[in-house]
Parts: sequence; C-alpha cells; structure tokens
Amino acid sequence: MIRLEGIQRIFTVGDQEVRALRDVELTIGAGEYLTIMGPSGSGKSTLLNILGILDRPTSGRYRFDDLDVTSLNDEDQARLRRRKIGFVFQFFHLVPRLTAEENIELPLVLAGVAPAERRQRVTKFVRAFGLTERAAHRPEELSGGQRQRVAIARAAITEPAMLLADEPTGNLDRTSGGEVIDILEDLHRRGLTLVIVTHDPEIGDRAKRRIRMVDGNVDSDRVISDET
Amino acid sequence: MRLRDIVSFALGALRGYRTRTALMLLAMAIGVSAVMILTALGEGARRFVVGEFASLGTNLVIVLPGRSESAGGPAGLVGETTRDLTTDDATALKRHPAVTRVAPIVVGTAPVSWGPREREVPIIGSSTDLLTIRHWKMAKGDFLPASDLDRATPVCVVGAKVSKELFGTEPALGQWLRIGDRRFRVVGLLATEGRSIGVDVEELVIVPVASAQALMNTESLFRILVEVSTSEAIPKVKAHILATIRDRHQGEEDITVVTQDAVLETFDRIFQALTYTVAGIAAISLAVAGILIMNVMLVSVSQRTAEVGLLKALGTPSKVIQGLFLTEAALLSLFGASLGLIIGEFGSWALARIYPLLPAAAPWWAVAASLGVALLTGVLFGVMPARRAAKLDPVQALLRR
Ligand SMILES: Nc1ncnc2c1ncn2[C@@H]1O[C@H](COP(=O)(O)OP(=O)(O)OP(=O)(O)O)[C@@H](O)[C@H]1O
Ligand SMILES: [Mg+2]
Repeated sequence: MIRLEGIQRIFTVGDQEVRALRDVELTIGAGEYLTIMGPSGSGKSTLLNILGILDRPTSGRYRFDDLDVTSLNDEDQARLRRRKIGFVFQFFHLVPRLTAEENIELPLVLAGVAPAERRQRVTKFVRAFGLTERAAHRPEELSGGQRQRVAIARAAITEPAMLLADEPTGNLDRTSGGEVIDILEDLHRRGLTLVIVTHDPEIGDRAKRRIRMVDGNVDSDRVISDET
Repeated sequence: MRLRDIVSFALGALRGYRTRTALMLLAMAIGVSAVMILTALGEGARRFVVGEFASLGTNLVIVLPGRSESAGGPAGLVGETTRDLTTDDATALKRHPAVTRVAPIVVGTAPVSWGPREREVPIIGSSTDLLTIRHWKMAKGDFLPASDLDRATPVCVVGAKVSKELFGTEPALGQWLRIGDRRFRVVGLLATEGRSIGVDVEELVIVPVASAQALMNTESLFRILVEVSTSEAIPKVKAHILATIRDRHQGEEDITVVTQDAVLETFDRIFQALTYTVAGIAAISLAVAGILIMNVMLVSVSQRTAEVGLLKALGTPSKVIQGLFLTEAALLSLFGASLGLIIGEFGSWALARIYPLLPAAAPWWAVAASLGVALLTGVLFGVMPARRAAKLDPVQALLRR
C-alpha cells in the first residue's frame, strides 16, 4: 500500500542543516501493524508526519496506492489525507469548545457528510468506544484516557485505510494507556493499517513488525513470526 | 463542507470566546451607531433650516426697491435716483408666463379698534396670492379676495391673537373693525400653525394693498414677492423683472432681486458638508473597529494554532480553513453592524424626541454606507488573519499543546 524510496528530510535552521531523515526505505502493506521505536531525535515523528502527508520530504518518492504523493498539489494531498489517513496525537488535540461527541463528529462535518448520517455514525462510535455517558462533556471535563478515546474515535470515524499514532500513550498512565492500545489493536483487527510510534518497549513489542530508527535511518526492521 | 456547517462552526468559535466576541461587537456597533447618530443630527439640522426657508415660499423671487451696494458700484457715484416700487410695477411683473403669483407688500403699524378696545397692530397690505406664497393657512373664512391691485376693498384678515384681544369670545368673522380712520369687514382668520421666519402670524392684520397704501398714505411698496412656476425658470424671470422695471423706471436699474433658492442652496451646501464631515469622522471609528477585528482575529488564529493544525491533519483544504476564519470575521461585523444599526436607530429616535424641532433621522445613504463599510472592513481585515491560518504549517501547529 505504501512505498517510501530514498526519503530525506532536511530542516534548515539559520544556516545549519538538520538531517532528520537521511535515507529511508520503507514498504507497508495494507492491514499491517507496525511499531516504530528509537531514541529521542531519531526522526520517528518526522517519518510519521511524512507518512501522514502532513509534511513533504526534501527528496525521495512516496507512493500511496499507486499514487505519487510527492507530485500531488496541496488540495489533492488534503483530500487523500481526509479519505485515507487518521491521526492520533500524544496531546489528543481535541477542540476545547466542542463536546466529546462534536469532536468525534468534526471530520464528518469537514467532509460535508449529511447531518442525518453523521448522527448515526457518531452514535455508533460513541457507544463502541464506551463514551456514551461522557458524550456531552467538553474535553476539559474528561480524563486523559477518555480524551484519547475520543481522539481515536475521531480518527476512525471516517474509516481511513491507515491510522498513525505518535506516542498515543505518552501522556497516559499505564492502565488507560493499555486500554488505548487495546482499542487501536481492535481497529487493526478489523482491517486498519496501524502505525504506532512509542518509547514504551512493552507496547513496541506487541506488534509483529518492529522498526527501530537511529539517527534518521531505519536501523532495523524485524518481523517476528508467531510463537517464537 | 456544507454552508450551514461553516456558519455554525464559525458561530461556535465566536461563542467559545465570549469576551473578545462581545468587545468586537461593541467596537463595530459603536462605529456604525456613531455614523448613524451623527449624520442623523447633521441631516436633521439641514432639514430644519431647509424647512424654515421652504416656509418662506418655494421658487420665490423677492424684489426690493433700491439697488444693493454689492450688486453694482455705490449708488451715490452713479448718481441715480431710487424710484418707488408701485402696484403698477407689480402688475407688470405678472405678465411673464413663468410667473404664477405676485404679492406686493406694504407694511406698517396702525391702531386697530373694535368698540372700546384698541390695539396698535402690524398691518400688511398685499394681494390674494400672499396666502399661497407664504404657505399660510386659514382657520376660518377666506383670505383677501382676488381683485385688481389698485382696488381698496374694505376687508381684512386677522391673526389669532388680534382676534382674541379685540373680540374676546365673540365671533370675529363678519364684524366691522376700524383701522386708522377706515372701516374694514373681517373676512377671515389666520391659522396659528405654520410658523414663518420673521413674521408672527398671530399678531397681524392683512388688508388689500391699495387699502394699506391709503392707510399709510404712501404709493411705494416695501417689496414684491414673485412666485415662479419652476426653479429652472428663475433666471429667466429674474432677467424679465430687471428688464421690465428698467423700462418702467426710465432705464434705471434701481431695484434688487434676491432669489430664495440662492440663499437656501448656500445653507443646504453648508449643512451637507457638515453632515459629510461628521460622518467621515464617525467613519474613522469604523476603520478602528475593522483594525480591532483584524487584531483580535490574528490573536485568535495564534490562540487556535493547534486547532488549525488539527483541521489540516483531518484533511481540510487551505481554502476551507480560510473560509472558516473569514466567515467568523464576516459574522462578527454583520452582528456588530446590526447591533449598531439598532443603537443608531434608537439614538436618532431619542434625539428626535429630545429636540422635536430637529427632524433627526439618519439618511438612507448613511445607513447603507455604514453597514457597507462595516462589512467591508470586517471582511477585509479578516482576510489577512484567515490567510495566516490557512498557511500554517500543520506539523508546527500540532507541536503546540
Ligand atoms: N521543524 C524543525 N526544525 C528543525 N529541526 C527539526 C524540526 N523538526 C524536527 N527537527 C529535528 O529533526 C530531528 C528528528 O526529530 P523528530 O521529532 O522526528 O524526532 P523523534 O524521533 O520524534 O523524537 P522524540 O522521540 O523526542 O519525539 C531532531 O533532531 C529534531 O531536532
Ligand atoms: Mg517525536
């Protein structure tokens, strides 16, 4: 589904160059589940942003379902993102003035889905994510775990092909972090391609495919076969 | 994204930041209402003055005996003698097709008595046309009869105060009263309404011009009022008057012709300019409101950087993001302007109540212009912040918590 070839990402700060990604080659198949680990500053977030088309690589090619992403204009990239990609962030990024329900509904509103259909889908997701009682509350009235559940529901409601999570448990305690990972893995089992960036080895070791980044390069890319 | 959703999203954002929304509404409302109230005031003053002049008669040309100094060199140097204006002059002026009415005027005071009661009262001698020319109204009876100017019919029209003082509660109509040493029958009572610059219609007795001339023992007229059919015909009539009188006065131009319109126009221009000036000054507050909107929208964009980043991550095209912020600015100025419109209408209504003489009402152009400018500044000053929001780098925007 995804092919990255010779991806470089160089930031220029003043007259200094920071090579966040040096030469990344990566292929991700549809329905795969992989985790990305590595030391701080190794380029994990940068890679995830490029995968999510939030950022353009300095050089290299990115193919998504036979589309050459790098050659698309901004509007087409936005459309691809809207239809195929969901994001989950470390800091949730819920809109503070909207209720949990409205936050979940937001992508459908932005996509111009009819109100009746929106309501139906939101109700379904609110129930599936165990948020029924909290649906009318604003983010500030929710616990961290609940906030991240709202954020995941928001990412999943458009039924994207791929879900990218950058340290989704980074701001959560162990229990709610575990719940969040359970939810994400459940989505994966239903066919979603799932990429999780994490610092937590326990989470990193749950996926069959584990990528380790060091200094802007993919240091290792291992697929653990079942029952080793 | 659906239009309804765009509007309700923008409304939600406005509701989310109540204080700033309220402040911006206030700024816009003050701007719009200031324009409206100030122009209402200026327009009211203008209409008041125009109205006062209109009560003197429309399309009026006034003929005065003697040449005014400003109309041509000092009279003494030319060595001309000033001839009196006479009723024959007035009759001659009537011959021009564009002249609709002519009222010669003689003024003076004379003792007026009925039985034992006597008063010294201003007397005007004129023709039947005077009523229409000065826009006076009759309370009872008729005005002077239409007849040749040199017929001294013994009838008179009296003002309300004169009637009350002489006749008390007795009906005045049909009574014979004495003016000087002549007797006149009261044929009409002037109505009090319809104020008129310079003349107190309540304390007045009007008689035919020939009668007045006999009473005052004079041939000369105080002035002649000439009403012209249309304002376009005024210059022609003016020339006609000058030529006619010159003919009749052995080739000497010894009169002054003043047009009502010339005076009125000057006042009208002065007040118009005044209104534009205050409107302009008030419009500055609109511009200030616009700049305020821009500032607050800019602050809002930077406050909501993370939100914009999220919108981008959710695949919202830059154009839509720009549209969302623009809609917010437009709604703000729309509500602010509407609020200002209500305050402004109320303000001019209150003004009109406090100063009943002043017909204070914001002219339609001021309402339209202030609303237009409000919306325009709101949207114009909203463009820059909206662009900034649309241009945000989503990765950077999402770094903020
Ligand atoms: N906008 C930027 N401008 C300059 N340098 C940047 C920018 N974004 C990232 N970098 C640099 O690129 C490198 C990779 O950053 P990245 O955020 O991808 O690391 P990371 O692996 O996600 O780290 P962490 O685990 O701390 O989140 C770092 O050296 C970082 O300083
Ligand atoms: Mg990171």
